[in-house]
Amino acid sequence: MANALTTELKLGLDAPICLTWELTYGCNLACIHCLSSSGRRDPNELSTAEVMAVVDELHEMKVFYVNIGGGEPTIRADFYDVVDYCIERGVGVKFSTNGSTITPARAARLAATDYLDIQISLDGADAATNDAVRGDGSYATARRAMDHLAAADFGPFKISVVVTRENAAQLDEFEALAASYGAQLRLTRLRPSGRGADTWDRLHPTNDQQVALYHWLLDRPGVLTGDSFFHLSALGQPLEGLNLCGAGRVVCLIDPVGDVYACPFVLHDTFKAGSVRNPGGFAQVWRNSSLFTSLREPTSAGACASCGSYDACQGGCMAAKFFTGLPLDGPDPECVKGHGEAALAGVAAGAAPSPGPGHSAPVRLLSRRR
Amino acid sequence: MRGVLIPPGTAAGEVRGDLRYRMDPQVALRPERFGALAYHYGNRRLNFLRSPLLATVVETLDEYPSLQASLDALVPAAQHDTYRRALSALATSQFIQPSPEEDRGQRTDD
Repeated sequence: MANALTTELKLGLDAPICLTWELTYGCNLACIHCLSSSGRRDPNELSTAEVMAVVDELHEMKVFYVNIGGGEPTIRADFYDVVDYCIERGVGVKFSTNGSTITPARAARLAATDYLDIQISLDGADAATNDAVRGDGSYATARRAMDHLAAADFGPFKISVVVTRENAAQLDEFEALAASYGAQLRLTRLRPSGRGADTWDRLHPTNDQQVALYHWLLDRPGVLTGDSFFHLSALGQPLEGLNLCGAGRVVCLIDPVGDVYACPFVLHDTFKAGSVRNPGGFAQVWRNSSLFTSLREPTSAGACASCGSYDACQGGCMAAKFFTGLPLDGPDPECVKGHGEAALAGVAAGAAPSPGPGHSAPVRLLSRRR
Repeated sequence: MRGVLIPPGTAAGEVRGDLRYRMDPQVALRPERFGALAYHYGNRRLNFLRSPLLATVVETLDEYPSLQASLDALVPAAQHDTYRRALSALATSQFIQPSPEEDRGQRTDD
């Protein structure tokens, strides 16, 4: 992306281009890398009326679309009312689901809705790889949902994959699967956030896998990434998309209880900017919160200043640094130049901030395979 | 924004000065400090309009009998080539298009 534009975006926009909105912490799965440590619903989740009021605000601010997630958002009884209301107010919707509620009848209704994108999560190209992360039966559930969407002629839904050490060798298979459905493949980065903090060490891709992924993505501009992998741009030619951290500048997160965080990967008090329930609502948080204001100030390259690749990688992902105990003005833990590995070696055991148990369902946690 | 943001330098066809154009009805513009953001709800693509004047030109294209008339009215002559290139890129990504005949004379606001 052109430098002048990057400079502008770092200063922040009047409203987000899009934002992630997690509608519930409730989920029927217990993925071991869940960013939001979801499981149980929170009794304090936004009511239908509160959700609709936020939609009105997003409409007034001209937020172009929302990425709705969770938890599993479709378990909210008012989920499809919320989707319909967003679209009615000119706020496009993209929602992420594990597919468990996408019946043939539901798929047919979804296919008849304009301005709606659906992402089905899948973290392995086969059941064994996927279910080790997402739980027994989750591969079959996701594939069934894809079958239903295809049968209903929904059009190009998205298959959303978190790249891990276990599935990094399956990229061609994911691509073939997406092609077989006429779907779009979307790859995103594993973050040490939520329950991912406990599994990141063994699941994050190796450096060789990162290099292979970079070249794979360069060759396939049609594969979506949510701009996840901008830290890989330090390897050479920048990846297509915005190669910068958009947290609090271009994007943000609204969580199920209405708290606003800088991005979906930093559910921690340090990155909580305010609440849509406070006076002034979401607009007040976006425009005036001290956290977002500070994220829009010029940043120093810190320990990365002497590295020739800083302009390309921008120091990488804030969330990845934070939850691995690295300073925010230092290298990304997965720095492709190896600076992250060196820095991680200096982090004392237990020194990284904990995302806490969040809304993980305790029974599931105890019974889960390690 | 990969797959969403239109990459700069995207190969562009030429817009024609003698035709009347309009912003696609599925495009929303949002003013920003540097100009405006434009989002196309149909093809889900995003464009950055790098000056407030370009945003004005795009928004009011169909108020003029031709694209050239719009440039003559709004844009300093020295910048016509730059604006024609920017508009050509917007036409390629379907953000603007020649006005359909039946729309002539009436403003489409949605």
